[in-house]
Amino acid sequence: MAKTLDKVKSFFKSIGRWFKSLVCTIDGREAKLLTIYHKPATKSIISSLISIFVGILLGGLILLIISITSGGKISLKAVWEGFRLIFIGVFNTGRDTNGNITFGFNSTNIGNVLFRATPLILTGLSVAVAFKTGLFNIGAPGQYLMGTAVTFIVALSIPTTIVPAWIVWILSFVAGFLAGALWGVIPGVFKAFLNVHEVITCIMTNWIAANIVTSLFDNNKGIFKHLLDPSPTKNLAYLYKTTENGVVTSKMGLDVLFPGSQVNGGIIIAIVIAIIVYIILNKTTFGYELKACGSNRHAAKYAGINEKRSIILSMAIAGGLAGMSAALYYLSGNTEFYWSTYQSLPANGFNGIPIALLAYNNPVGVIFSGIFMSYLNVAGLQLKNLTPFNEYITDIIIASIVYLSAFSLAFKEILNGNFFKRKKNKLFLENSQENSTKPKIIKEEESK
Amino acid sequence: MTYLLQQTILYTVPLMIVALAGVFSERSGIINIALEGLMVIGAFIGVYFVRRIILLNAPLSFGQPLLLLGMLISIIGGCLFSLLLGFAAIKLKANQTIAGSALNLLAPALVLFLILLITSQSVLNIDSRYSSNDYFMLNQEDFGLGTKLENPLGVIGNVLFNKTYITTWICLALYIGLSIILYKTKFGLRLRSCGENPQAADSLGINVYKMRYAGVLISGGLAGLGGFVYSVTTVAASSNGDVAGFGFLALAVMIFGNWKPKNIAAAALLFGLLKCIAVGYPYIDINNDGIYFLNTIGISQHIYRILPYMITLVVLAFTSKKSRAPKAEGIPYDKGER
Repeated sequence: MAKTLDKVKSFFKSIGRWFKSLVCTIDGREAKLLTIYHKPATKSIISSLISIFVGILLGGLILLIISITSGGKISLKAVWEGFRLIFIGVFNTGRDTNGNITFGFNSTNIGNVLFRATPLILTGLSVAVAFKTGLFNIGAPGQYLMGTAVTFIVALSIPTTIVPAWIVWILSFVAGFLAGALWGVIPGVFKAFLNVHEVITCIMTNWIAANIVTSLFDNNKGIFKHLLDPSPTKNLAYLYKTTENGVVTSKMGLDVLFPGSQVNGGIIIAIVIAIIVYIILNKTTFGYELKACGSNRHAAKYAGINEKRSIILSMAIAGGLAGMSAALYYLSGNTEFYWSTYQSLPANGFNGIPIALLAYNNPVGVIFSGIFMSYLNVAGLQLKNLTPFNEYITDIIIASIVYLSAFSLAFKEILNGNFFKRKKNKLFLENSQENSTKPKIIKEEESK
Repeated sequence: MTYLLQQTILYTVPLMIVALAGVFSERSGIINIALEGLMVIGAFIGVYFVRRIILLNAPLSFGQPLLLLGMLISIIGGCLFSLLLGFAAIKLKANQTIAGSALNLLAPALVLFLILLITSQSVLNIDSRYSSNDYFMLNQEDFGLGTKLENPLGVIGNVLFNKTYITTWICLALYIGLSIILYKTKFGLRLRSCGENPQAADSLGINVYKMRYAGVLISGGLAGLGGFVYSVTTVAASSNGDVAGFGFLALAVMIFGNWKPKNIAAAALLFGLLKCIAVGYPYIDINNDGIYFLNTIGISQHIYRILPYMITLVVLAFTSKKSRAPKAEGIPYDKGER
């Protein structure tokens, strides 16, 4: 009996010691929490969270200012409601009989958050992979559009009466990937062989893609105009949904978890892809080569890495991810594609940029920032439905968060405690060295 | 022919002025990818101001003076918005591309948010009472050159005095004036030196931070003005949180023109021409014989629309070896670095 008591005692003691080791220095070892805190990754996460928090506060401030300047048209109550909706709008369950907003578990909203997060995670990955190689993939919208067009063409053209639907699904998914990858290779080749800045080629290829896609489905002369939906409500403005051919992503049981929402297995595929990208980037030689090119192209070349190949492959992967994003979004079966897109580029493509930035280009981080982004989007829709404000406030918040995340250097220095020291003592250079390990996006030596 | 020239000028002017905006920022060493966002803000502020004044029936609430005031306001708006970029890039040494992209995201979001609150539509017009398309337009009569039927100076006269906007001529004057400032004055030389070798500039007593702020502010003002001019001349003085990619196109024009005002003017003209062909090819009658040539040869409109972008790609591919960006562009200035 005494033995067991001793065991229990020592067990509790060890737990106590463990907790103590979290916060106190024991045997000369630093407290564990401090060790975790001193890891760069933690600081990245904390500075992201600071950006998010300040961004949302800014959004609330804008609501407040508008209410004050509206001259009584928008009440302070609406501001408070709007502010709460930005934070937890996804858990909103409408208004009760007294007109107060109620909160609870809302399966439709949560499912829709996951559904909308699917393409966002993948375009976020697309931008992040390119960033790791020191390239700014602003061409994700174009790659996304090419992926969209090719996915639709394959998914609607192969009759499911002959080929099983799941094979068509895989074919169109792969086709979307390849189309995006091919479109991503163009800026890559320009960068690698001709040293043309990728931002400019990406912008050009975006608009070229928009025009090509429009011409493919043009209801007058387009080659694929037979894929347009002639029903009176659509009136040839949209393509058929992929369900027309019976090609649709499996729900994988998620519709049971979140009844009433549009969620499907795409989110699981997206998360798996994100993890694969993480493994490729961090655990393989190939990934190391890509990152080496991102840190210093010339040093990488000197070390025997084929930097041209790395740049092109990186852009191909980035483009492919954007293409897959489009494929997953449109193969879900409940989304429509408006073909006359020559004047506008898809928002899903551009949103990859803030998602990647918010996640510090970490593929696993992209999963969370993608879900966060779609969380804000859904909250924005609640705001539009329930308050006098509109959904663009969430775009403002996202933009402010990205703007703040550009300050990451300053934030990290505050966390390191150097920000204020530096002003007193300018010889504090070692710490600024540490911060410069982040790949610089645009390196000037290259433009020689 | 007249139509072609008139439209080309309308498309060229905003491109030119916004590309020059990019030059001022980049030659001082700050990458300004936010040109698109600045244009959106400039267009919105200008249009909103004009709309307010018209609704208030305030003095000067008519025609050209109002347009001039609108231009001034849009310049100020652009300057203020560009301060965000300046603060992030110069003071906090943030990544300039990221800060610029953030502003590109912020501008349309903010503008659409406000427009929806103001009008509960997604477009802001100056006033429903005016068919605003030609509200600010100057015709022959305004110059005292008789009715529309008479053609005192032929094609050139038509281009100069008919269906023209005061903004065009002001922008051209500004363009020339600012180009001279950039190349022929002490200020211009100092600004450019900060984009090439800020350390050397600093060692000669030039305040790099001030110069870069100046570059970014001028850039913001010009881009804001460009946005407003675009909105007045091509989309009937309305604002909808979008300038149809003109800001990015101006960025292309700037790189195309190798960061030099003369080349940029030529590049902008080429782009303006292609843009004009893409939009108005069914109405272009080159030799006034009543046959709309480009419409009859049966090339798809999509080809015309792709042309400007395609040509840029091809030309960039061939000229990339000569392309010379400012050396210190994109690198935050750190006094301690040598």
